[in-house]
Amino acid sequence: MTSSRTAFAAILGKDLRAELRTLQSLPAMALFAITAFIIFRFGLDRTSLSGSLAAGVLWATLLFAAVLGINRLFVSEREEGGFDAIRLAPIDRSVLFGAKVAALLVYLIALELVTVPIFAIFFLGDAGGLFPLIAVLLLADFGLAATGTLISSMAVNSRARDLLVPLVLLPLSVPLMIAATGATDPLLAVGGPSYDRFGTWLMVLGLYDLIFGLVGYAVFDFLLED
Amino acid sequence: MYGKGLRPLSIATVAMLAISLSLVFFYAPLDGDQGFVQKIFYVHVPLAVVALFGFMAGGVFAILHLRSNDSKWDAYSYVSIHIAVIFGVAVLITGAIWAKASWGHWWVWDEPTLVSFLIVFLLYATYYPFRYAIEDRDRQARYASVFAVTAGAFVPLNFMAVRMAESLVHPRTFATAEGGMPGEMMLTFLCMLAAVALLFTTLVKFELTAKSASGQVKRLRRALDAPVSGGSSRIAPEVS
Repeated sequence: MTSSRTAFAAILGKDLRAELRTLQSLPAMALFAITAFIIFRFGLDRTSLSGSLAAGVLWATLLFAAVLGINRLFVSEREEGGFDAIRLAPIDRSVLFGAKVAALLVYLIALELVTVPIFAIFFLGDAGGLFPLIAVLLLADFGLAATGTLISSMAVNSRARDLLVPLVLLPLSVPLMIAATGATDPLLAVGGPSYDRFGTWLMVLGLYDLIFGLVGYAVFDFLLED
Repeated sequence: MYGKGLRPLSIATVAMLAISLSLVFFYAPLDGDQGFVQKIFYVHVPLAVVALFGFMAGGVFAILHLRSNDSKWDAYSYVSIHIAVIFGVAVLITGAIWAKASWGHWWVWDEPTLVSFLIVFLLYATYYPFRYAIEDRDRQARYASVFAVTAGAFVPLNFMAVRMAESLVHPRTFATAEGGMPGEMMLTFLCMLAAVALLFTTLVKFELTAKSASGQVKRLRRALDAPVSGGSSRIAPEVS
């Protein structure tokens, strides 16, 4: 039996290589996010943002851009028979869950490496809050990756594939967005970052990650049975 | 088999609802601040408690279904969530009426329990399109169970996050009301809670019985080689 670590690395490597060669998800996500910033600029009629407004624009944009990537996460598995291959392979099925969460995490980090600096250039006068923001981004990304992988793997086997991911994922991500915007708001406040309830919100994010990481790990096996 | 005991249960529900409602209107004292309007509390809060319990029960039945692969538990899970969603509509409507009467607005964002309930309701409302979209019956049942388990884990987390998003200055109306609630009000509230819980159980049992009967009819038709008319239960699980 192949060790889980080898299988994990193989699936993750396959996903990242496929994305690098086809560039199906990431450019679309980044373009979407940048266009959304422009729409917010005119929709809100503001040329600079701070505090809760900045947090809201940033997180709403990142969430919707993430949905684009989540929609496509399992498409190749379904269309090219990847699910059958995983079922045939002598490996633990939850490895697929772990590898897909990791792949989505890499996509989200890559997306944020591009869009968060652009967001700062567009709207923020003072970039001092960006460094502590990394912790918030990473924790929220993990939670989004866990729930996104779970929903995506179910949606891809249904008729209404592109519809189900946003439909189910958006309510599911509300606590995550509450905590992420709650932590980001004081970081991007006028007059430099402050850390009002920062630790509490990070703990909520961590709790969300833990719960949905475990739930996903526990139930993923049932999604591959056939 | 699901129909057994349905009649006594229905009678008990009607009796309990009648008793509790008469307690609400004739026994419980008028609230000092809010007056008559406060009586909607006896409908709104028990409905909310029972709806949340129904969502949780749906999650527990889903776990049983995943463990045993017995489609009976899937039907239980589906019906619990179904009735809880219907109760949820009533909770949101009564909540809006209460908010309008006591605060002057149809919707208030600083009542974390109501906001959390709306989010939970929206999540469970996606249970139907989700189920609809999956064609294979076994897979549909399994995926629906996974959804119910995930959503069950989501409920307490969501309540916590929404509660924390509130600035801490707003007093918790229900906590203070419960703390200082006179005995008559408490008794009325508990009776109403029992009545609504009975109503929930009866409705669940009715729906299971109906599903089981239509499933049986369909099977008998098939056995007689007659064409099956009407695809009535496209989303609904079949009960044996």
